[in-house]
Amino acid sequence: MLTFIFKRLGLALLVALTVSFISFSLLFLSGDPAAALAGETASGEDVEALRRLYGFDRPMLVQYAEWLFSALRGDFGESYYFKLPVASLIAERLQVTMTLGLCGILFALVTAVPLGVIAAIRPNSLIDRVALFLSVAGQAMPSFWFGLILIVVFAIQLGWLPPSGAATWRHFIMPTIVLGYYAMPAIMRLTRAGMLDVLNSDFIRTARAKGAGETRVLFKHALRNAIIPVVSLAAVQMGFMLGGSIVVESVFALHGAGYLAWESIARNDLPTVQALILVFSMFYIVFTFLADVLNAWLDPRMRSA
Amino acid sequence: MTKSLLSVKNLSIDIPTGSGMLHAVRGIDFTLKRGETLSIVGESGSGKSLTSLAVMGLLGKSIRCAADEIRFDDVDLLSANKRVMRDLRGNRMAMIFQEPMTSLNPAYTIGDQLMEALLLHRKVSRAQARARAVELLEKVGITAAESRLSQYPHQLSGGLRQRVMIAMSLMCEPDLLIADEPTTALDVTIQAQILRLLVDLTREMNMAMILITHDLGVVARVADKVAVMYAGELVETGPATEVFAAPSHPYTRGLLRCIPQPGKTARGAPLGTIAGIVPSLVGEVAGCAFRTRCPHASAACRDPIPMRGDPSHEFRCVFADGALSEEGEIA
Repeated sequence: MLTFIFKRLGLALLVALTVSFISFSLLFLSGDPAAALAGETASGEDVEALRRLYGFDRPMLVQYAEWLFSALRGDFGESYYFKLPVASLIAERLQVTMTLGLCGILFALVTAVPLGVIAAIRPNSLIDRVALFLSVAGQAMPSFWFGLILIVVFAIQLGWLPPSGAATWRHFIMPTIVLGYYAMPAIMRLTRAGMLDVLNSDFIRTARAKGAGETRVLFKHALRNAIIPVVSLAAVQMGFMLGGSIVVESVFALHGAGYLAWESIARNDLPTVQALILVFSMFYIVFTFLADVLNAWLDPRMRSA
Repeated sequence: MTKSLLSVKNLSIDIPTGSGMLHAVRGIDFTLKRGETLSIVGESGSGKSLTSLAVMGLLGKSIRCAADEIRFDDVDLLSANKRVMRDLRGNRMAMIFQEPMTSLNPAYTIGDQLMEALLLHRKVSRAQARARAVELLEKVGITAAESRLSQYPHQLSGGLRQRVMIAMSLMCEPDLLIADEPTTALDVTIQAQILRLLVDLTREMNMAMILITHDLGVVARVADKVAVMYAGELVETGPATEVFAAPSHPYTRGLLRCIPQPGKTARGAPLGTIAGIVPSLVGEVAGCAFRTRCPHASAACRDPIPMRGDPSHEFRCVFADGALSEEGEIA
């Protein structure tokens, strides 16, 4: 198990390094950063001056190495727009995003896994059909629309919840539901399919033949095997929620990292965009790594992989 | 006469399908005494596994099961509730399955799964359960038993896994062991070992065993009694020695012709086959199910046919001699 963890950790670091290089070069190749900074009215000399000032005239690899080593020390440079260190800017915005992301995935898991299990125990029952309807609706409904509907009903009509902002926990209720509901259908369908599959397997019959009760059969013998693909999916969704909750953050005016990414791209704020891409990809890498470790704990056959 | 341990009377199992009711098992009777081995023989789909699952109370929810009696010792299994059945399963009656590769839970260690069988039914400590697991692994011939406990199923071969399954079924010293084709999925060399082991254990523990198989060679070696099933019906039942010496039903004789007999089958002579296929059991089924493949079938075979012969060796055929006179000697 320990060897497995070290192997995966090594792999994760390699992926992180590759991702950092790609994200750096992609943005670099997307246009002349000096020209973009200087603006449309700037003269050629102004652009050249800026180029030298920010070091864009040096070879790309040198710039990458410099950027990477500063990044490792937590220094992502200064935001062109905010004139603040990027690191502290992101750290501040991440609090909102991480809270939202964690609440969202927890909401999705807590609702989707039990629903999936119940749907699998009683396939084609009323509850299975209701769950299917919910998941189709969740997949079909755009987040921004669902978010606006919630605001209209619960904030404006009923006045139960604040429509926007991030001041108290009550501000997070609607965004959590919108974000979680987006992730829920896939988790539920995967749990249902996994449970249906596992419940038909020979070792479940063995467990029953031993005299195990239904609860024990379901949760000790079946769920542990059925949940494995769900763990991998939830990890990817978690990464997505932390990096891609731009829509939800915009609808509810939560100034999180997703919103910052959108702003920074619009403003050509290169250091901020680079740092955000790196942070978001690190989330994916960390969660995939954690999912791998969790899966290896759940299923011993994966430990040798 | 000692009282039987297991008694099944007029057991029928129906499976609803898209095209109608499938009458998978029709009117099966058998009894089993302590220490006795009954072998249920038949082709795939003859209802042997369903019969044993019905005894264990492990049939799926959609499958319908009816009988005049299913009695295990003093417990009426027909009226027993879930709780009573759960207390019996794995405790007083245990079962091992055909597929050792998939019958163990891949997520738990061998030790966990062995100990669970005991901990579910007995108030013992984990240490005691562990000691019992080691004891049984040794009994089923697994070396380094102590270290096997922390291994996972995927780290063991098929033969070892089947030994683990056997050890697991014996954790609570059951009165009845149902072995559903326990050697079918194993290498030939391992098959003999596992079979030997089962026979020795039933003797040693004075345990009754129902051995389900399609391999008549296996039956001849281990069974006290044989029940031959064809398409959901019992066609012949009796003491193993008698059924092998004087098979009465044309199907039983057909089966015996399919296996080579030492000293009887000539070198290079073709082995027998039974022409045709098993009939569909969906919808109304009447008369002898074997008549579509039987060389002696007549119009009378369409009527319901009762068992005949003397009570210890019965068969289901319209001909008083099972059409033996028309066939001549076997091979």
